[in-house]
Amino acid sequence: MSDGRAGTLRRLSHAALVLLITLIFVGLALTVIALPPDAAGLSDDVNTELARSGIRNPVSATLLDFRSYDTLLEIAVLLLAVVAIRSIRRGGLPTIRTGDEILAFFGRVLIPVMILIAGYLLMAGLDASGGAFQAGAILAAAGVLLILAGPGVPLRDEALPIRIGLAVGLCAFVAVGVAGMLVANAFLDYPQRGASDVMLLLEVGVTVSVALALVDMFVGVLRRRESGSTTRATDRKEQ
Amino acid sequence: MTAPGLYALVGVALFCMSLHAVIVTESPLRKVLAVNVMSSGVFLVLVALARRAPGTLPDPVPHAMVITGIVVAVSATALAIVLINRLRADGEGL
Amino acid sequence: MTDAGFLLNLLLAALILWLGWVTLTTGSLFRAIVLYVAFGLSMGLAWTRLDAPDVALAEIAVGAGLTGALFLAAAGVVSRFGDDDE
Repeated sequence: MSDGRAGTLRRLSHAALVLLITLIFVGLALTVIALPPDAAGLSDDVNTELARSGIRNPVSATLLDFRSYDTLLEIAVLLLAVVAIRSIRRGGLPTIRTGDEILAFFGRVLIPVMILIAGYLLMAGLDASGGAFQAGAILAAAGVLLILAGPGVPLRDEALPIRIGLAVGLCAFVAVGVAGMLVANAFLDYPQRGASDVMLLLEVGVTVSVALALVDMFVGVLRRRESGSTTRATDRKEQ
Repeated sequence: MTAPGLYALVGVALFCMSLHAVIVTESPLRKVLAVNVMSSGVFLVLVALARRAPGTLPDPVPHAMVITGIVVAVSATALAIVLINRLRADGEGL
Repeated sequence: MTDAGFLLNLLLAALILWLGWVTLTTGSLFRAIVLYVAFGLSMGLAWTRLDAPDVALAEIAVGAGLTGALFLAAAGVVSRFGDDDE
């Protein structure tokens, strides 16, 4: 096939693709506009049940009580992703030594503040905005900053405390779930009294696991110089 | 037009733009980036629809779903990037 | 909804669409990643406009911060500082 014909075919298929996506856009937009504006969804149910859950943030109550299965499975997905990344990645972990004084200064100033904010989000999450995922993400950002700005020690991910910390969120959820079967009525059912304490316990476990898992992912995607040298050159060309 | 309706339409537009980009772009990292923009569009539609009943508090259930979705999206992104790195290291011509 | 509030919504919607478009279409991978972080931050503003502060916190910490760091690491920007002789 000549270049001209291949080019024409390519343009035609691209035009068809654009047409198809435009049709999808029109269909979705009409659907969104046509939805009834007065549907309250599940907020009435959540508000009536919120008083019984013992905490005041409806989003945290949904995550940790009403739909705690979702959160259990989400923690499982996070752990599974970490395990998959550790199995797939090649080569040892790099040592990051930026030697950047501005980064080191920002690290010294920001990391304590980030830990403080994470602690606040964790404790406040039951009654105000915040929660385990936000706190864990900010702790993870502090960890990434520590790796980048830190003294350049070799990264190690096989240490036992790290593995335990990665699993502690899922383990806490499963333990609470089984305890719910024994004490209350069903898996992940909480007793009426002390439900907020149980949820705080879950939040702590989830925070630790989310923070460690996200830092582990960052470390996992770091590319070594040896394997990255040729592809980095193409990235540069792309710029 | 109401504000939630506006944001929902923006979400639909983001979804469609990124769908096009996922199909058209060749660089695998750019494809993963496009999938992330796509998921932002989906989340925007969900949260906007949670807000659409006027004068009431927003529905917290879609909010919880979106927070779950954000964390799952970052796990999927990291896994995709590691798979791309491995393909490059194995010389699959990416 | 006041007029000023709606104007802000319109501006934010336009900003999000524009940032999303240039993130997807810009020629350089590095620029696309930086634009994606800016896109994530403006999404965070949109969440607060939609009365979803919990989602805004999660989006800014995870969506903008850590996803951006993941992509920068994947693009080799971070490993430029890597120490090879271990």
